[in-house]
Amino acid sequence: MTVHSTSPQFKQNAARALNDHQLQKALGNVKQGFIDKRQMAADKLPEFEALRDAARDIKNHTLEHLDLYLESYEEKVKASGGHVHFARDAAEAREIILGICRETNAKTVTKGKSMISEEIGINHHLEANGITPVETDLGEYIIQLRNELPSHIIAPAVHLNATQVEEDFRRVHTHLDAKRDLSEPVQLLTEARAVLRERFLAADVGVTGANFLVAETGTSIIVTNEGNGDLTQILPKTHIVLASIEKLVPTLEDVSQLLRVLARSATGQEMSVYTTFSTGPRRSTDADGPENYHVVLIDNGRSSMLGTAFEEMLRCIRCGACMNHCPVYHAVGGHAYGWVYPGPMGAVLTPSLIGVDKAGHLPNASTFCGRCESVCPVRIPLPKLMRHWREREFERHLTPATVRSGLQLWGFFAKRPGLYRFATRAAMGALSFAGRQRGRFTWLPMAKGWTKYRDFPAPQGETFQQRWKRERSGRAA
Amino acid sequence: MSATPSSARPAHPRVGLFVTCLVDLMRPSVGFAAVKLLEDAGCVVDAPVQTCCGQPAYNSGDRGTTRDLAMRLIEAFQGYDYVVAPSGSCAGMIKAHYPELFEEDPNWRAKADALAGKTYELISFLVDVLGVTKVGAAFDGAVTYHDSCSGLRELGVKRQPRKLLASVEGLTLVEMKDSDVCCGFGGTFAVKYSDISGAIVEAKAKNIEETQAPTVLAGDLGCLMNMAGKLSRDGRSIQVRHVAEVLAGMTDEPPIGAAKAKAIK
Amino acid sequence: MSARDDIFANIRRSLGVNGTEKIRHQIVADRLERSPKGVIPKRGQVSGEERIALFKTMVETSLATVTEVSSAAEVPQSIALFLRNHNLPATLRMGDDPRLNAMPWSDTALEIAHGPSEGRDLNAVSHAFGGIAESGTLAMVSSADNPSTLNFLPDNHIIVVSAKDIAGDYESVWNRVRFAYGKGSMPRTVNWITGPSRSGDIEQTLLLGAHGPRRLHVVVVRD
Repeated sequence: MTVHSTSPQFKQNAARALNDHQLQKALGNVKQGFIDKRQMAADKLPEFEALRDAARDIKNHTLEHLDLYLESYEEKVKASGGHVHFARDAAEAREIILGICRETNAKTVTKGKSMISEEIGINHHLEANGITPVETDLGEYIIQLRNELPSHIIAPAVHLNATQVEEDFRRVHTHLDAKRDLSEPVQLLTEARAVLRERFLAADVGVTGANFLVAETGTSIIVTNEGNGDLTQILPKTHIVLASIEKLVPTLEDVSQLLRVLARSATGQEMSVYTTFSTGPRRSTDADGPENYHVVLIDNGRSSMLGTAFEEMLRCIRCGACMNHCPVYHAVGGHAYGWVYPGPMGAVLTPSLIGVDKAGHLPNASTFCGRCESVCPVRIPLPKLMRHWREREFERHLTPATVRSGLQLWGFFAKRPGLYRFATRAAMGALSFAGRQRGRFTWLPMAKGWTKYRDFPAPQGETFQQRWKRERSGRAA
Repeated sequence: MSATPSSARPAHPRVGLFVTCLVDLMRPSVGFAAVKLLEDAGCVVDAPVQTCCGQPAYNSGDRGTTRDLAMRLIEAFQGYDYVVAPSGSCAGMIKAHYPELFEEDPNWRAKADALAGKTYELISFLVDVLGVTKVGAAFDGAVTYHDSCSGLRELGVKRQPRKLLASVEGLTLVEMKDSDVCCGFGGTFAVKYSDISGAIVEAKAKNIEETQAPTVLAGDLGCLMNMAGKLSRDGRSIQVRHVAEVLAGMTDEPPIGAAKAKAIK
Repeated sequence: MSARDDIFANIRRSLGVNGTEKIRHQIVADRLERSPKGVIPKRGQVSGEERIALFKTMVETSLATVTEVSSAAEVPQSIALFLRNHNLPATLRMGDDPRLNAMPWSDTALEIAHGPSEGRDLNAVSHAFGGIAESGTLAMVSSADNPSTLNFLPDNHIIVVSAKDIAGDYESVWNRVRFAYGKGSMPRTVNWITGPSRSGDIEQTLLLGAHGPRRLHVVVVRD
């Protein structure tokens, strides 16, 4: 485990989130913006569904040949003058990054938004070793000031309202006039731009993630709207790319297919503002750019997912559409999930990375409404994979005892139709009799979770099979 | 979804009604509404002895029990031209998930595939397979319709109920905001994660109420019980019914969660 | 075992391969060699005036502005006018692009600076490698001619693109990159730019000018 996880306390996290009025207000923004924009972008491109198929196929093909594409990629990076490092796990990755920073006597490190850097917990490690990491994506900068994890993979500060950001800026930017007006979001943006511009220009090392790595050319790709990732990687002397091994794609054509679905699925844009293809360090013909270019390829559990049902999860391109469309995410936000990756993709990926014994709630906390799968640009069957986790929990006896014994009792009757009919007839008769007056129950001993929030409708009395037998059996049998 | 060409379809297809646990136990009138709709459309309907499709076990990770129940159901419904359920969720279980339960057993896989191929959700069966374009029912007033998730996303049930509702005399359909968003039921989810489920159904209840329609319909009893329970808990007098009851003109029974004696209304 | 060897061994174990299978090597080599195209949206598959019109529409959709001049000689005047219309100072930074250098900047009162930006410039101009009509995207390649810093540090970025370099789709631009740099090779940086910098990180409100240019202006040169 790398970053501390509160996933085992999912239920408590969720209850707290549901009562957090600031959070509930902020979550309204997720429900409104992303969904309509994605739909409009998809509707405007007749080939969108075909592109989703193509995107899925490209990722599947790459994963099936991952060893060979990695070799090709590594060779190309070296040929372009860059360095490739391999890290088995988070700890190895942190040491490699720290080592590169020390080689260059780095004091400050600017960072582009990167989920893998959250996964390996690099910021705390750098701080502990006297190096200052500065998040430069506006959302990441805000949550760094608050010492929080991102609550969304593309909108890290989506759980916050502008007034909360204002408070943080006033608390931290003490060199600025205390009486300045920060009542408008644009004023907050302008202030962050000015503060971070100085940080960009002073940084010794820039660390970015990678949306994709191209085997054909040894290229790393970042996709941003702010331009912070580019300032992170072209201004300092050293650029470090952090990427998990499944980011690979074969060719520039393949990556173009994936880019056509990425922004549309994420923000509903035709294309994000900045898509940057970086290959090696500054050339003799360049006037700017980093002198050193390092890529840290991180496994951290991915290679063991290959060849299993969860290989499909490695197609994920981190667009965030699944969480944007998830009713559970809408209700509780990202922090309730308790680790780096929230929403449906987190519910599948987190158990793979930190263990289903710790993250067991996540694949269970889904209604299986299927909306995530219906919008996934690489067609990951997220509900099916969550169900696979539930099966593993069941096999390993991690399913709660009450659920297990309830299922056993119900299964016992359901496998014995005669007994089932007899028992249900008796039970429904009694339940109907008890609830007849009002037509519903406000409290039932067996379903307290249900009746905490809603009534339980009373049954009509006779079962269908009872009545059918009475009215029709002579005729139909 | 495949529709059998009319030439290949018998004039009076034998339909096995998979009534589903919830309808069987909680609201048999939905089953009889389904029978009426199917018989009106020329089907010969039978309801063999049955229990459950196994979905609760399946979604709880208990594949063994699920397979046992699936095998019983496959055998019980072998002899029919079609199998029809008044539920997108249970029909979806058979159609979309039974085959993968038997990936390593070609014999049962073939049987599961055969069953999956002839199983339909009630309303889409009427429209897509039987070509029903209108029903003879009347219903006075405005209704709003909730798209239950499995029917919508696993089986493509969306326009079919709207098409038939449009033919009901006196009925107007008022669409709610986010009709295609989950109501928060999710089977055991509603009990296991009741806080979250409660929050999701609260949003659904709000969207229903905003339409000002006095009646809400859907095609799955689980969702209906969830929405009815929430609306009655909040003291809202919105009536909740299965869409089949309205399409069959069988609305004599009190709405879901409403008192039996009409005087109390 | 080194981390590298360990990771490769684990990947191969999981995939059930040993890495020496001829057929897998062949499949991979073939894909890298042929770089097959996938689904190309019809939208961009238009030519001539229609393509340029699509490009301009899409540039505007990305919240950039676009203008057209009939020859390279008109570019300086057009840029001077753009700066004046937006009440911007008559200063401009550029690299050493021969196409930009050949333009008659002395016809204007613009104060021209050359070389990469150090972060204090208000206005800069770059010459694009090409444009992509499908999404209104500008493709920039890095070099002393067009330093990457000019794409990101100034408040107002002006990009000159030749009408003949506007392609329908991304794949056509990659073909030109391969022709210019060799198959399997790339310039250090290729920037695709689609509109001015923006952020939605505060309450999902779209705000322009996050860290990069607040304004992006495109000048299409007919020649």
